[in-house]
Amino acid sequence: MTLGPTAGWRSCFAEARPEAESQPGHRQAAGSVIAAPPQDAASGPPPASAQDAAEPADASRPAAVKQLASKLAAAVLRRWQVVPAAAAVVFMGLFFVWPVGAVIHRGLGGGLGGGGGGAAGVGGLGEVLGSASHRSVIWFTLWQAAASTALTVLVALPAAGALARLRFRGRRLVRAAATVPFMLPTVVVAAAFEGVFNRLGLAGDGGLSLRHTVWAILLAHVFFNYAVVLRIVGAHWASLDARIEDQARVLGASRLGVFRHVVLPRLAPSLAAASVIVFLFSFTSFGVVLILGGPTRATIETEIYRYAIRRLDFSVAASLAIVQLAAVLALVIVSILMERRRAAVEQPRSGAPAPRGGGPALAVNLAVMAVILGLPLALLVERSLLAGGGGYTLRHYSAMAQQVSLLPDTALAALLNSVKFAVPAATLAVVVGAAAVVVVLRSAARTGRSAAGLLDVTLTLPLGTSAVTVGLGLLLVLDRPPIDIRTAVIVVPIAHAVVGIPFVVRALAPTLRSVSPRLREAAAVLGASPLRVRREVDLPAAARGAAVGAGFAFAVSLGEFGATSFIPRRPETLTAPLALFRLLGTPGDALRGQAMALAVSLMVLTAAVVFLMDLWGDARSGVI
Amino acid sequence: MGHQASSTSRPTRPDGAAQNKAARNRMRGACRGFLPTAPKPTALKPTAPKPTAPKALSGVSRPTRTRLAVAALAALSLVAAACGGDDADNDAAGDSGNEGLSGTTVTLLTHDSFAVSPETFEAFTAATGVEVSHLASGDAGALVAQACLTAGEPLGDVLFGIDNTFLQRGLDCGIFEPYESPGLADVPDEFELDPQHRVTPVDFGDVCLNYWVDAFDGALPPPAGLDDLIDEDYAEMLVVPSPETSSPGLAFLLATIARYGDGYEDYWEALRDNGVSVTSGWEEAYYGEFTVGGGDRPMVVSYASSPPAEVIFADPPVDNPPTGVITDSCYRQIEFAGVLAGAENPAGARALIDFMLGETFQNDIPLNMFVFPVNVDATLPPEFVEHAEIADDPFMVDPAEIEAQRDAWTDRWVEIVLR
Repeated sequence: MTLGPTAGWRSCFAEARPEAESQPGHRQAAGSVIAAPPQDAASGPPPASAQDAAEPADASRPAAVKQLASKLAAAVLRRWQVVPAAAAVVFMGLFFVWPVGAVIHRGLGGGLGGGGGGAAGVGGLGEVLGSASHRSVIWFTLWQAAASTALTVLVALPAAGALARLRFRGRRLVRAAATVPFMLPTVVVAAAFEGVFNRLGLAGDGGLSLRHTVWAILLAHVFFNYAVVLRIVGAHWASLDARIEDQARVLGASRLGVFRHVVLPRLAPSLAAASVIVFLFSFTSFGVVLILGGPTRATIETEIYRYAIRRLDFSVAASLAIVQLAAVLALVIVSILMERRRAAVEQPRSGAPAPRGGGPALAVNLAVMAVILGLPLALLVERSLLAGGGGYTLRHYSAMAQQVSLLPDTALAALLNSVKFAVPAATLAVVVGAAAVVVVLRSAARTGRSAAGLLDVTLTLPLGTSAVTVGLGLLLVLDRPPIDIRTAVIVVPIAHAVVGIPFVVRALAPTLRSVSPRLREAAAVLGASPLRVRREVDLPAAARGAAVGAGFAFAVSLGEFGATSFIPRRPETLTAPLALFRLLGTPGDALRGQAMALAVSLMVLTAAVVFLMDLWGDARSGVI
Repeated sequence: MGHQASSTSRPTRPDGAAQNKAARNRMRGACRGFLPTAPKPTALKPTAPKPTAPKALSGVSRPTRTRLAVAALAALSLVAAACGGDDADNDAAGDSGNEGLSGTTVTLLTHDSFAVSPETFEAFTAATGVEVSHLASGDAGALVAQACLTAGEPLGDVLFGIDNTFLQRGLDCGIFEPYESPGLADVPDEFELDPQHRVTPVDFGDVCLNYWVDAFDGALPPPAGLDDLIDEDYAEMLVVPSPETSSPGLAFLLATIARYGDGYEDYWEALRDNGVSVTSGWEEAYYGEFTVGGGDRPMVVSYASSPPAEVIFADPPVDNPPTGVITDSCYRQIEFAGVLAGAENPAGARALIDFMLGETFQNDIPLNMFVFPVNVDATLPPEFVEHAEIADDPFMVDPAEIEAQRDAWTDRWVEIVLR
């Protein structure tokens, strides 16, 4: 149990709560002699003695000087907030808003430089909305995404609770492993699903056939997005004070009653955040719809691809892209409003999740996970080990070190390349995302609220925007001096980061929002500098969210093959998803075996990296 | 998450003239025996009188099935090719007009399925002093979409990978500069679909029905061609990728259009009634429903080069492929390269196109991309000679007609087959 440098502040105030004193096993910060802080933060300064506990080194300084310094620092910090804000705005503007705007403009018949094309554009949009077949595609896209989201939340929410509240061996491993589907290329996942359907007898011609049905799409979306709910809601859930639930139980509430009236309302922000990500993912899902849904199903995303790439009809594609953006915009705005309005401000709870019963609940959750996530993944592992002549072998793994003539490099090198892209991409996503979240949250209480809100919305949009739109857009706009970087290597991690940022933002915002401003104010009053407040109050609360977001950004980068597939890349920078796609694109059992081995290696790598990030996040936030 | 679903994929490709090539290779061996130190020609040598076979394509309204006289061609050029061009690694790039090129870089844009051996471009650099910078993205459709969107401000100097399905669109976008490479002398005329030489043919492949050999025997032989597929004996046996989302799927639809003309609608109705299964992409068809991947359908739309790939990448090694090709179902895809309009290094681009027609590059094509070289002098690897069957009579449709009708055809196909 490490009581990090950060734990002092938080335990100080947690202890200050009357009910905390009766909690067994609660940690005492050394030397803290604390009166209960005022319930209303504005009611007055705490007793001077608290300063000794907080900042012993500063105790001798006159309070006035300290206050002045604190004010100055706060002013400087406020000014400096412009920097991350500007960075986030420039980044998103340059690499998302501009490209998407340009490709839509071009698609509607306008030149890039000047106006025009308006009439043709409006006509194209009208044509798309007026066509019954397009309308039914739009409708199907919306409802399958909504159904996927509802189903995912329903299935993953209990598991999120179990992981947040129950302590068991391998908890972190399960949490990390659940992220694995995220980066798996859909070709591989679809093959795994078909395999599972076959094994379970659900693929035949019987009445139970799931082949090419909506159910296959929904199930696959649950598989992909399970981790989003598990991790984003789970991280938030773990930061909520469990004692309130205990109190409700003591007062006679049933388990269900506690969940409905005590837990659920407080989870609203992270539920909204996770739901919006799941929805957007399902909304723009491509491979799942085409492969598992079969050739008769189409969503806006697959139609944009079909019109832009197969038919080279940029006008219809651009009109569809506008419809997609409009729908996503509306949804994101609603969800962010929900996330904000329902944000329950409370004091984060540090320390380990209390071990409590719930064995059966845990067992049920793990069983569900084993079926939904475990079966397809296990099937992939089995296939990577299958020898062509029968029996099992490791030769597909050793083959990864040898170059196949189809590939410009070995599969192993491709795996390493993917990591080389994923590290800067995840770093970029965390830096830009965290900077943006800080701005968005700070501005919420001040001026510039709507500007900050706009930034918040913009940061989430990339997830709901067609890969074709982003990919072709990047090519269109990055060709003018001073930035002709269309063909530069850095475009790939940048494109990955654009998709990773929404995860960072949506994972961070709910946890940070639930940090009581009182905590910050009290810390400031006690003499902590603004930077120190950030470091010791916000960072611990944010660490878990940051780890969750970084994990997703990393996994997304490892598996991203949407927007990136449209960006010209150097063959020596062969990435794992591309290698997989090439290996599966040519007949031959040896190629297929190697592709499966590569997919499993990707899985293990992702789980390991996410596991380490979680470890860091937990350590920073004081969770053991 | 990605667009890696099937549709962007471009699996293996076919051959056209394996037997002829084999024959020629044998002859070449003989030539070598006689002329072990045959002097290298100093310039690209036209391979004898080129047969003027009838132009493969016509622009008439009704789709025409055209016969490529590959066999005749190869036979005619056999002697010259075998004895004259042997070992002539003169890739034209070293010839003329490229004095100022040395030290420059030429940027080659391709789709993701492009591959060459590392030594190949090194040979080009050694001969010309020009470095090759290779950039790959997407599939053939994405490549053309990108090129059209960036017309005038191209991402590179040479584009490789536009096929006859998308050719007209690329030409209409005005993305190419005309260039007639001297290397075309070694290429049969049938492959040159653009009389203005805005694009240069580099390789070709056939999309053909593949069948699982063990599923057929004397009692039920594999179908002889498209006509048999609507026979009740072959009910529930075929799986095809959708032409809406898959390149081989579109090629197969074009094959039926070339074969039946307007009657293709009736044909597909019959196929539907005979239980044809449709997937979105080639991977799901080949690995999901075809017998190879454990499926229950013994016939699939794939490539003529798929059986050699099944041998080359077998696990464990096998002598004969488990699959065969129905040659009377093949649709020919030709892949072209072209100098991009607005290229920064047009001279380097022309040199690279010359090189791509030379033997060094052409010999490297089959095992890297599983398609066939257009240069009649190129040598095929033994697996291709042995296991790739050549349609000497492949179906083709005029690119201009494809461009004009593609959407209408696929829309109609969707109505017939999927609704």
